[in-house]
Amino acid sequence: MITCEEAAHICTRKQYSEASWKERLQLYLHILICKACASFSRKNTQLTKLCDKAQLQTLSKKEKEHIKKKIQEQS
Amino acid sequence: MPSGTTTHQLQPDTWVDAHADYLYNYAVSRVSDSEIAHDLVQETFLAGLGSAKNFKGTASERTWLVAILKRKVIDHYRKINSKKGKAEVRMHYSSQEDSEGNWLEERAADPLSTKEHGVLENEELGQAIQECIAKLPAKQAKVFTLKTIEGQSTEDVCNELGINPSNLWVLIHRARTSLMACLDKNWFGE
Repeated sequence: MITCEEAAHICTRKQYSEASWKERLQLYLHILICKACASFSRKNTQLTKLCDKAQLQTLSKKEKEHIKKKIQEQS
Repeated sequence: MPSGTTTHQLQPDTWVDAHADYLYNYAVSRVSDSEIAHDLVQETFLAGLGSAKNFKGTASERTWLVAILKRKVIDHYRKINSKKGKAEVRMHYSSQEDSEGNWLEERAADPLSTKEHGVLENEELGQAIQECIAKLPAKQAKVFTLKTIEGQSTEDVCNELGINPSNLWVLIHRARTSLMACLDKNWFGE
């Protein structure tokens, strides 16, 4: 049986599809009997959905360097 | 720069890291073109430098920069509208009763308004997420952004920041836990 802390970390890795099938099974079994982790897991999954939904974009590193250079030139 | 009475100060060195992504998302949602958005963000920073002496410190640095960006967006639309030929404008005003005409230009939604429900909601959500990310410790924010928003692989992020995967997961885990708490009230319907 895994601890709540382990379950939480597996849950976070699962959000990035980086939990193994064995870990996912352990998490699943843990959630069946642990309400706190079930709630955490639900929220964590929801956070992933919110981030997808917001369609956040970032400027690439290169673009940021470019802007930084421009700022330095002017200041 | 007068100090003492001012609560906020400008730190142009940190602008790009602190505000570029926020401003960029703001711009993208209004001009729907990543290249133009990039240019507008850059112009905003440069204009900000140029008028830094006018910054009174009553608003936060970000609020001030957003105000400049808003003007840049408006200027952008003025510019493209004035390029689009005056004939259309003349036709429009000379025949206001003309309901046959398909004056898309005139009927297009106001680009600065995001009344459409979905757009507005996503934009608010995006801003809420970014404000919460801004409250995280710098390293957590960086790791979370690279991994979640840019979707980089664990290996790449580790290489870029010189950390090992277990560090990375601890940072991400903490970031996510804080974000859940930060977004909780408004965005997690229970």
